[in-house]
Amino acid sequence: MTQFIDIAALAEIPRQGARVVKTTAGCVAVFRTADDQVFALDDRCPHKGGPLSEGIVHGTAVTCPLHAAVFDLTTGQGTDEWQVKTHNVRVEAGRVLLDAAFLARRSAA
Amino acid sequence: MKQRLVVIGAGMASGRMLEHLFEAGGNFDVTLFNGEPRGNYNRLMLSPVLSGEKTYAQIVTHDADWYAAHGVDCRFGEAVVRIDRANRVVYSNAGGVPYDALVIATGSAPFIIPVPGKDLPGVCTYRDLEDTNAMIAASRPGAKAVVIGGGLLGLEAAAGMAARGADVTVIHLMGHLMERQLDPAAGYLLQKDLEQRGIRVHCKGATKAILGKDRVEAVLLDDGTVYPADLVCMAVGIRPEVRLANDAHLEVGRGIAVDDQLRTSDPAIFALGECVEHDKQLFGLVAPLYDQARVLATTLLGEAAAFRPVQTATKLKVTGVDLFSAGDFADAPGREDIVFRDPGRGIYKRLILEGDRLIGAVMYGDTADGAWFFDLIKQGRDVTPMRETLIFGPSFQGGAQADPLAAVAALPHSAEICGCNGVCKGKIVEAISAGATTLDAVRSQTKASASCGTCTGLVEQVMALTLGDGFTANANPPMCKCTDHTHEDVRRLIKSMGLKSIPAVMQELGWKTVGGCASCRPALNYYLIADWPTEYRDDRQSRFVNERNHANIQKDGTYSVVPRMWGGVTTPAELRAIADAAERYHVPMVKVTGGQRIDLLGVQKQDLPAIWADLNAAGMVSGHAYAKGLRTVKTCVGTEFCRFGTQDSTGLGIRLEKFLWGSWTPAKVKLGVSGCPRNCAEATCKDIGIVCVDSGYQISVAGAAGMDVRETEALLTVATEDDVIEVVAAFTQLYRENARYLHRIYKWVAKVGLEWCRAQVEDPVTRRALYDRFMVSQAIYQVDPWAEHAATPKDWAPVADLTLRAAE
Repeated sequence: MTQFIDIAALAEIPRQGARVVKTTAGCVAVFRTADDQVFALDDRCPHKGGPLSEGIVHGTAVTCPLHAAVFDLTTGQGTDEWQVKTHNVRVEAGRVLLDAAFLARRSAA
Repeated sequence: MKQRLVVIGAGMASGRMLEHLFEAGGNFDVTLFNGEPRGNYNRLMLSPVLSGEKTYAQIVTHDADWYAAHGVDCRFGEAVVRIDRANRVVYSNAGGVPYDALVIATGSAPFIIPVPGKDLPGVCTYRDLEDTNAMIAASRPGAKAVVIGGGLLGLEAAAGMAARGADVTVIHLMGHLMERQLDPAAGYLLQKDLEQRGIRVHCKGATKAILGKDRVEAVLLDDGTVYPADLVCMAVGIRPEVRLANDAHLEVGRGIAVDDQLRTSDPAIFALGECVEHDKQLFGLVAPLYDQARVLATTLLGEAAAFRPVQTATKLKVTGVDLFSAGDFADAPGREDIVFRDPGRGIYKRLILEGDRLIGAVMYGDTADGAWFFDLIKQGRDVTPMRETLIFGPSFQGGAQADPLAAVAALPHSAEICGCNGVCKGKIVEAISAGATTLDAVRSQTKASASCGTCTGLVEQVMALTLGDGFTANANPPMCKCTDHTHEDVRRLIKSMGLKSIPAVMQELGWKTVGGCASCRPALNYYLIADWPTEYRDDRQSRFVNERNHANIQKDGTYSVVPRMWGGVTTPAELRAIADAAERYHVPMVKVTGGQRIDLLGVQKQDLPAIWADLNAAGMVSGHAYAKGLRTVKTCVGTEFCRFGTQDSTGLGIRLEKFLWGSWTPAKVKLGVSGCPRNCAEATCKDIGIVCVDSGYQISVAGAAGMDVRETEALLTVATEDDVIEVVAAFTQLYRENARYLHRIYKWVAKVGLEWCRAQVEDPVTRRALYDRFMVSQAIYQVDPWAEHAATPKDWAPVADLTLRAAE
């Protein structure tokens, strides 16, 4: 089941940058690429917990700010077979909508 | 009996539909309403009318004779005011017309951005003949025109007015022109072409107001820029014209909702063109509209037909600008790019593949193969067999797959290798045979690869073929995997080619990736800041986290905050403010640093703006403890208190720090000033160290006390404090202009030699010129980043908090 929640205007996320959404399941980084695609990933590098939202965004990848692991924003796959969880996100009428189903599952559990 | 058909709107879509109806011999009584006081003309051709290449008469599609021949009752200039669905009557102010079938083809209305001054005389849109005539009237040579919107329509308006001699500026909200059709690289080339025709382009420009008393006089942007204007054309987009449909309570989304037969929620009413929404999609290009016209005509004739939108391709109708885009070119999972750039000829091609199919293409400069690529996209054909050479187009297909070295070997001696300098293969082989066995030697003797450098790989292949095992490729590795150029080459080319933006560097130097990587982007950002201080604007998103956030990230994601303490000197008031801040924001650790200042460690990101504001209020500024820039100037107490001091080392240290702070450098720069040769400030292991002696000041450079430990080497000895300042500023500027990113001063000096550095700063003219260039940069970059960012605390907090929502 999907449950899209309006989290911000697209304009609030810088191009080639990210903003953070706080949730009970940890922070989610919402990225915006140079060509305005939006991706959402857990804001935590599996290596040493670096905040991916603070990494440099290039193409559809981000480089972790702590030790430079690179993750594909589209799949969450990274250097050394690390994997970051991705979340559904979409843009409608200039607003960014995040699928918060992962929170519902969590609170139901 | 004849069916009564009423059509609202005489545009290109409804015109084409009527043609189909009459050609098929349909038995209809047609009444055609149009708000504009004329019939159907080819709106796409308004641009040639604007630029003077065509006249209105040449673009009329249906003249009075045509309408008369088909018995169309023309109500031109008569606006429809109401649709009575229950009785099937359409009303204008002149009365009602009954219908059996009604077609709404009201098209679209230009979007007007709601800024002050939008209604001033002299502000127009670009939609119909009236707008076009207004722009023609205003485009006398020397007149100033501003076009708001750098999309398809805006650029055609700009080019048309420029062709008539007007001085045109385009303001575009986005980072590059035509961002819906082009990627940044192609957008950059387009901008360059337009600028060469004298059209000024201002990207990332948000219009704040249109200024003027009785008529438009200027346009004001958010960033404070003002462009004088005799005419302002708003071309920021269009929206479907749906007011009539809304009033009639038809189903309307963004456009009038229609099914595959173009039928609205009322079975007797149809709609087509730019006013409709089909399957959540709007339509603005002519190809799908003509498709709709065919489907609707067939439907009205009582036969089966269904509208299936097809992909469309875009071409810009500006004479001499070659661009093409088709399909989908956004990055997405499982998609791959094939990129080809030929900087010498201003060519850029990008193909987007998904699996084994071509799904998109963006081309600039050479669009000859556009139709072929577009065809491949539409066919959805498996392109795997020709993938290697796909980008070279249809004329290249069918040959055997080439080994690059074999391909170079097969080239005739007359084949051109270096396009910039016109060097052929034979000339390079000759030079190699005559003893040029290194790339540098070939470069200096033949000039091959000495300009834009993109043919370096080819030159090396020629060398490998000629020298065999005797050749070892470039020992200096490329900057990163995105390019074959070394840092040194990139710095040289940025200057010699006048490259002033990251997309410009990536295009002109043939970057192999679309947006660079975390290694090259910060380097390019630094080189551009250092080389074009007044023209380039810092790209925050190309900076490493510490410089982007003006604080050092710690292993747990918190930050450290270090205010400047000039020369290591502080006051009770400053210490009190630091103590207050540490308590207020629950700073877990307060530590004295090795650079004679105080570090507040463990600050949460969202608290940074507030803690900065507090420290700012106490008169302190950022210490740049995170920067590839000036860090600290460590001092001893000197003649002020010390019984051995020979000069005021503390005062000089403070002067140096106040002079140098805020400057960006290839790597961090630390200074030390000692008041006597006992050297309590440890000046002789700093990047730049000053040791005071009775007769003056010994300036030494290239020390290190990190991974490498080394003592500084003497640069110059000077007599006065002013001399120290000038020499240190000049030397720093020399380092800024020449070193490779992330090389500390000692690494750079080891490469270029201390002798060369000394010769530069010893010569009074060179020294002064370096000093002056340093001051130009400081005039822009010596600003406290804390003050700037403390003003927008919202940007530093999470953009949304869902922790409460989950508890529901």
